[in-house]
Amino acid sequence: MLKRTIPILILATSGAILVVAYFSPFTTNWSEVVLMWFNILAAVAYVLGAGNLLAVNLEKVSSRRAGWAYALITLVAFASMLTFGLFKIGGVPSEAHPDVPYAGDYESTQSAFGWVYEYMLSPLTATMFALLAFYVASAAFRAFRAKNLESILLLGTAFIILLAQTAAGMFLTGWIPADSVFAFLRFDSLRIAITEYIQTAGMRAITIGIAIGIAATSLRLILGVDRSYLSKQ
Amino acid sequence: MMKLLMMSLALTSMCSAMPPSATDVFAIDEPGDAGFALRVTFTVPDLAATKEVRIERAATKAELAKDANMPWIVVATVDANAGIEGVLVADLPKDESNDGANANQTEAIAFRVATVGIDGEQAAFVESAAVIAKMNPFIMKRLGLAVSVVVTCASVITWILLARAGRPVKLRRIAALDAVDEAIGRATEMGRSVLFVPGIQDMNDIQTVAGITVLGRVARTAAEYDATLVVPTSRSIVMSSARETVQAAHFAAGRPETYKEGNINYITDEQFGYVAYVTGQMVREKPAACFYMGAFYAESLLLAENGNAIGAIQIAGTAEPSQLPFFVAACDYTLIGEEFFAASAYLSGERDQLGSLKGQDLAKAITAVVIIMGCLLATFAAFAPEGIAARASDSFQSFLGG
Repeated sequence: MLKRTIPILILATSGAILVVAYFSPFTTNWSEVVLMWFNILAAVAYVLGAGNLLAVNLEKVSSRRAGWAYALITLVAFASMLTFGLFKIGGVPSEAHPDVPYAGDYESTQSAFGWVYEYMLSPLTATMFALLAFYVASAAFRAFRAKNLESILLLGTAFIILLAQTAAGMFLTGWIPADSVFAFLRFDSLRIAITEYIQTAGMRAITIGIAIGIAATSLRLILGVDRSYLSKQ
Repeated sequence: MMKLLMMSLALTSMCSAMPPSATDVFAIDEPGDAGFALRVTFTVPDLAATKEVRIERAATKAELAKDANMPWIVVATVDANAGIEGVLVADLPKDESNDGANANQTEAIAFRVATVGIDGEQAAFVESAAVIAKMNPFIMKRLGLAVSVVVTCASVITWILLARAGRPVKLRRIAALDAVDEAIGRATEMGRSVLFVPGIQDMNDIQTVAGITVLGRVARTAAEYDATLVVPTSRSIVMSSARETVQAAHFAAGRPETYKEGNINYITDEQFGYVAYVTGQMVREKPAACFYMGAFYAESLLLAENGNAIGAIQIAGTAEPSQLPFFVAACDYTLIGEEFFAASAYLSGERDQLGSLKGQDLAKAITAVVIIMGCLLATFAAFAPEGIAARASDSFQSFLGG
């Protein structure tokens, strides 16, 4: 009983405070306290997460399961970064306190922590991000196949937008005078018409729906109507 | 005669260098704001001779205690015309002189204003009376939004009560949610796992909360079918919540012994590190069903395309408008925006929750009426810019837009 009632009470109180604080400056301090408590919980949960990461990977290494070498690399990386960060290895003392070795900026690329982040992690994440270009191409290839009327409309719209973004668009329709009655046929005009009217209208409809959905979901949670996230023990 | 002419020219040039001082300098507490802001109004007698206006405020007692040589602090240099509407000086320091008793207001603060001529010559400062900026109980600019929130909440609560009272609630079918059972059933038949990705944001994001509530239903079905459910998370709190939810689902399904805590793990907070793990797991384990429910950004297409490549049934739901096209292109079913928030209520089948969805629809209908009213007013205002419709349109916009 308590395991369900207390969380609902905490959620309802916190939720109501955050909503009221948006409209009334008198309760802003309360909302800051609520958010501070969330940060404290997140910090505590981070220890739980790190513990879980260690446990899973140690188990994988000790049982020599498939891919245990990757788990070992994860553990070594985890321990190294923790050591680099906690002890500020290689850090340059700050100008204000030159005699205190720990007073320097841990994110500086002169420190081991900053160096690994800047020259190892950042390129790796950039590589993952760059893969997106290929995935966009393959998804577009599937989405733009003219199978039915909707697909043909999608393909046509994409064709106009893509051409309008390139020099080819200007080359093909740039000769139409901008002040003539046929100016709307220029690719740049079509692009503006599609993005500013059709796309904006659709996007706003979705956004309004999302806003109402968020309000209704929040209300269901605050009122305790939706308790699916709670333990039923 | 020549001497007189020279003197007259010199006098004229002196006059043009030194603009007349500002008049009617007032400081007024801004009504209906979040507090700690004063509006300074003034009149510039000769706009043509004035390049700009300098505004300074008196230092507070605490500021004077720190630096007694700075009795005045520059707050703005504005255009000469700015005095008509006034210059809003925000973020003024709180009154700390009375042990926090006056924490909701500032000390009495005076302002002084000086005009600056075209060639940079500054006229004498003119001082305003000292005024206290008080915190207001309500931010009036947000009145329209507050009314919208109240209307939406009233609609939802009304329909919850109506549903409780037995009023029939009919909802349109949502194909993506009807496919949940089918996807998990397929995974069970194929002897493969079910992957659930609850986004990359923390529990303070409502999308993650919505994703976790959907997870409850997916986990219950997976427990009933005895399918393996894997939930990699990118936040520690989400991992804890997901474990709690999945365990509760196994209890609800009457199969607590099949719950495996080890299938719900924290991976990393790093966006692409998380993606690398999840896509790697997809390629190795080849789950037969993939659910993406939560807040997604650049990783949405990376995940969905990998899922597509391994031939999994994919169901996605997010309220990030920029990621919806990627999910639509790569997934079998997508919950678009509000459908995603409706998913938990829809799947629960409880009268209260279904009623809240009808309330959501009523709020949407009211919003549509307001939009149509706004369109009509704006159209009439375009035809008669000076008429009553134009004034009504302006009032309507300022009420809703703040």
